[in-house]
Amino acid sequence: MARELLVGNRAMAEAAVRAGVQAYFGYPITPQTELLEWMSKRMPELGRAFLQAESEVAAINMVYGAACTGVRVMSSSSSPGVSLMMEGISYIAGTELPVVLIDVMRGGPGLGNIAPSQGDYNQIVHGGGHGDYFPIVLAPSSVQEAIDFTVLAFDLAEKYRSLVFVLADGNIGQMMEPAELPPMQPVDRPIPDWAVRGSLGRERRILSSIYIRPEDEEVTNLRLIERARTIEANEVRYKEYYLDDAEIVVIGFGTAGRVAFSAVREARSKGIRAGLLRPITLNPFPSKVIAELAANAQAMLVVEMNSGQMLDDVVRYTTGQVPIEFYGRMGGVVPFQDEILTEIQRLAHQTPALGIDPRENWLRQMKERLN
Amino acid sequence: MMDAPAQVVYKRPESLTATPTTYCPGCTHGIAHRLIAEVLDEMGIQEISIGVAPVGCSVFAYNFFDCDFVEAAHGRAPAMATGIKRVLPERIVFTYQGDGDLASIGMAEIMHAAGRGENITVIFINNAVYGMTGGQMAPTTLPGQKTTSSPYGRDVEQHGYPLRMAEALATMDGTGYSVRRSLHDPKHIRLAKKAIRMAFEVQKRGLGFSIVELLSSCPTNWGLSVQESLKYIEERMVPVYPLEDFKVNPALIGVKV
Repeated sequence: MARELLVGNRAMAEAAVRAGVQAYFGYPITPQTELLEWMSKRMPELGRAFLQAESEVAAINMVYGAACTGVRVMSSSSSPGVSLMMEGISYIAGTELPVVLIDVMRGGPGLGNIAPSQGDYNQIVHGGGHGDYFPIVLAPSSVQEAIDFTVLAFDLAEKYRSLVFVLADGNIGQMMEPAELPPMQPVDRPIPDWAVRGSLGRERRILSSIYIRPEDEEVTNLRLIERARTIEANEVRYKEYYLDDAEIVVIGFGTAGRVAFSAVREARSKGIRAGLLRPITLNPFPSKVIAELAANAQAMLVVEMNSGQMLDDVVRYTTGQVPIEFYGRMGGVVPFQDEILTEIQRLAHQTPALGIDPRENWLRQMKERLN
Repeated sequence: MMDAPAQVVYKRPESLTATPTTYCPGCTHGIAHRLIAEVLDEMGIQEISIGVAPVGCSVFAYNFFDCDFVEAAHGRAPAMATGIKRVLPERIVFTYQGDGDLASIGMAEIMHAAGRGENITVIFINNAVYGMTGGQMAPTTLPGQKTTSSPYGRDVEQHGYPLRMAEALATMDGTGYSVRRSLHDPKHIRLAKKAIRMAFEVQKRGLGFSIVELLSSCPTNWGLSVQESLKYIEERMVPVYPLEDFKVNPALIGVKV
């Protein structure tokens, strides 16, 4: 396959098609709509199921039903739409079904806007739906990664009977850059032995998220957490840049991580020992490597397009070993390379004290910027 | 006179499991279950059928039917059934829903399933209350009817009017079959069975969305005896919810069940 210029949303859709997705259900919402539109063209011409649902609530429940048949199914949406899907997401998690969901995040809360954001981190990584469940979350920072992680998402979903999110931001969905699509996989995949497709020739099967006896629900809760621990042991993924001798460790995912990479490279050219950790799996979180980095770094800088939702996880795993500061833009604003570079230079020039509030300096800057 | 050899004239349908139901004494859910199971047996579709259970008293319906089943979120059974049917169009897919599930929280899903002409069958149990949560007012509660959340009786000025779903769904171009029947006496139970059979025949023939609304009793939450509650259906519910065929696809004319 050759590299071609591809828009993120269409690239993710085509990647899913080539990964063998058999059914897609969705609802239009900016900045994700091109994904649904691509599916509306491609799925019927391949004889696969496409349906524009009456709402995200219906879409996720159609996904829920289709997933019960044991084939590859997916939906996609953007932040407010994903909020609406939370009910179905919890049911899918409780029924232990493999489902792929793509969230192309936009500014919030509320109606917010249609500009790129990472404001769904907590909603997706730490739940959002009711009950204890642990989806796998993959964060692409380029169109190529958006393609690769969409394919990976289907494999991981099947391997672990798990929900897998591709957590992209509006940039990834909307931007166009060279990327290579994967080969077309056959859709005739083995049907798993739990699938509900009619009881012809076997005992009947039931798929449900009900465990009416608390003791049974607790066993299920335990199974889900044990599965999450297995996933954590096997599937933590991240990218490291210039970390071998890094004194200033920058951590960022998705577009924020990509902009931070440019800033780190520029800092290196100025003689600053900066490095970048870009988490790819936000769940399972690369907590071990972050703890190791914290033991050796002079300071850490977490960069996000939200108010520091991942920051709180970084703080949790660094256990006060290293000063941490935060730089974020919110509301659909994307940080520029020079803004992050300024922060890196400041930390290199003067190491902050341990135990400071990681948001304090950032909040002061933001207030000054607005005044 | 010689003894005639013993003949089985009545037995549990193959499509019902031996699990005792969890419904209250006198509740008509059990009758509705049996009628569906008889139809699955008679049409020979037990092994290609997939049921979608609702949230409500019949949340455990999957325990009582001997066929593949999934359990939906409250009101979402038509969406879940859509997902299954779109992947497996050759299977028979049916939902079993109560009035809170279908006519309140699941209004969008049921209307759009009908609007799309989704080739699924819906069995809709209308007993005018939320049963499982203890008898609160439903969209189908009768004007003046006392429930635990309308203790002064349903005041239509405050709480609106009963929703007639079989009529509403009949207005959809995608609907192949929409009728209302009742389960309050043997004659009406026989008519209900014919309607359920017809609804599944609609799906088998690919004629679009099919629904049978069944007026049902809830002696426990109505605070009536079994006898009184059956009378209540006949005397109070039927005048509000007429037992009619609201839409029958012309292709069904001549189909005998």
